[in-house]
Amino acid sequence: MSQDVLATEGQPARRAVFHPVLKRFRRMASHWWLAPALGFFCAFWLLPFVQLIAIGAQPDNSSQTLGYWAVLTHSQYLWSLLSTVLLSLSVSLIAVAVAGVCGCFLARHRFFGKSAVLAMLTFPLAFPGVVVGFLVIMLGGRQGLSAQIGQVLSGEHWTFAYSLTGLFVGYLYFSIPRVIMTVMAAFEKLDPSLEEAARSLGASTWRVVRDVLIPGIRPALISTGAICFATSMGAFGTVFTLGTRINVVPIAIYGEFTNYANFAMAAALSVILGVVTWISLSLARRFAGDSVGGGA
Amino acid sequence: MSSYDDFDRAKTPVAIRLRQCSCTFNGSGKGRTAQTALHPLDLEIRAGETLVLLGPSGCGKTTTLRIISGLEQPDAGGEVWFGDEEVTNLPIEKRDVGMVFQNYALFPNMNVAANIAYGLRIKGLSDDALKRRVAEMVDMVHLNGYEQRRISELSGGQKQRVALARALAVRPRVLLFDEPLAALDAKLRDRLRVDIGQLLRNLGITAVYVTHDQAEAMALGDRIAVMEKGRIVQLGTPREIYHQPRTAFVADFIGNVNRFKVQGRDAEKLHVEGGYLRAGLHLDAPVLYCRPEDIEICAPDSAPLQGRVLQSVFLGQSQRLLVDTGGDIPLQVESDSRQRWFPGQPIGLSVAGEALFPIADVR
Repeated sequence: MSQDVLATEGQPARRAVFHPVLKRFRRMASHWWLAPALGFFCAFWLLPFVQLIAIGAQPDNSSQTLGYWAVLTHSQYLWSLLSTVLLSLSVSLIAVAVAGVCGCFLARHRFFGKSAVLAMLTFPLAFPGVVVGFLVIMLGGRQGLSAQIGQVLSGEHWTFAYSLTGLFVGYLYFSIPRVIMTVMAAFEKLDPSLEEAARSLGASTWRVVRDVLIPGIRPALISTGAICFATSMGAFGTVFTLGTRINVVPIAIYGEFTNYANFAMAAALSVILGVVTWISLSLARRFAGDSVGGGA
Repeated sequence: MSSYDDFDRAKTPVAIRLRQCSCTFNGSGKGRTAQTALHPLDLEIRAGETLVLLGPSGCGKTTTLRIISGLEQPDAGGEVWFGDEEVTNLPIEKRDVGMVFQNYALFPNMNVAANIAYGLRIKGLSDDALKRRVAEMVDMVHLNGYEQRRISELSGGQKQRVALARALAVRPRVLLFDEPLAALDAKLRDRLRVDIGQLLRNLGITAVYVTHDQAEAMALGDRIAVMEKGRIVQLGTPREIYHQPRTAFVADFIGNVNRFKVQGRDAEKLHVEGGYLRAGLHLDAPVLYCRPEDIEICAPDSAPLQGRVLQSVFLGQSQRLLVDTGGDIPLQVESDSRQRWFPGQPIGLSVAGEALFPIADVR
């Protein structure tokens, strides 16, 4: 008797019992609630995407080979893909480094005008890519600030806006606020007694940073870096403003699509761009063990 | 090898002295004023003793601990001494203190052994010496076999043991506890409390222990400093604090007290509501106090104090009765747990004269 009592201990409490038919009905009913979401998913994502993949597999206009194959064999497309990846990678790394330090400082210190500084730093989030491009031209364009400074100092116009450098500056400009926000949130969640414990054991500031702070916000750094990468990979407005001569994938897609009506190529490039970005996000998700959202 | 021997030499415990340590936090933003967390405080903690800082939240006990640790600076004029060395301006990393936190503060990216070894690694101990010391510490806190575990795989009690080992591994001059048991459940708390007590006695290290739990304070403290609103209101041994509380706050914070208003007196009787008390030493005090466990229950008709049971609360090992003797606050009385009491039942009480005490700040 007493053994029976013991045996049932530790098992979860029983829930209310439904008749099996009723249960199945309830389960089915709950599936029907998903119908609108499912419909939406099919209409706006799955069907167009399947079509895109199919179009990408069609022969390309110029080379008459498979669209995907053309991307991977033509140096022009391959180079475009490579420079987009390198650009996005360097933007992400530098944004994480710069904004990481900034975010740490902002999260840990209270000072007069902090909210104003924060508002200013996060202001770029409010701009569309076109405006960011415009700002880069104002800074490094033919009539821009650096051109004027160059004129005075060396008699030459220093321009960088219409190149990968300009794009780099623009992407950094809108990546940094995202990283700062994420890093600040991560720092605020980080237990301050961890830092105090390390210090009580004799750790210098540098060791605290290395052993406690960076490992503590590592998931946030990885996830925000991945989002920067994804955003930079797919950003279009800024580069379009800076000029269509810059050879990055979104511009290539635009060119193939509108100028040459080369749908197979545009589709193939789109799919490959999506796959590369998706892989980077899922790698980040695995290493960060945290929720990493999708890019732009 | 020699570095280990140097390191191995047991340190003689140091005394801690606080002189005129006050602490004011600047309010920031509009409408906030500076807040005094601690009024100027003088405190001497003897070498090798365990001093418990006890009080409700916001009483300044944690601020005091943080001033000792170096995490907080006293206002200008305050001094902190470890033995003969003034450490007021030394940051925590140079003070040679061990700290144990309420939320463990273990490094989640390191396993148990690496956590314990962290301070030793910073000290630059050789691998060999480091391994030996870690093994010693693991043994001390009974965590053998857990060395390679991740922190997330440990229970709360085990985490706090690791934290304790990590703090002690570097042989600190002073050991500081900030409510180390507050996050644990009752059973575990009792067990770890006993372990910590034993450890402190064996090590003979100077320790400061912050808590709001009176049972913890009694069990661990050589002396207890009861704090209220940024001041120490009483400093003494657990027995002194419990049996001779200096203020009503102390009496009430540590355990429960009953209050008797003396209405009249003759040769050996103090007349109070519901009967009389046998006068002991305190013939002249207008208000006297006693602990619930010092009130004896006796037969209703011949008892010096008579009343009626208002309520009984069964606590397991005993029961707590509320007894109305006609005063404004009912008396709290402890009864053994087998006896049954019903509301309205008449009850007789008597209090031994030596169990009564006056409180200085109550007139």
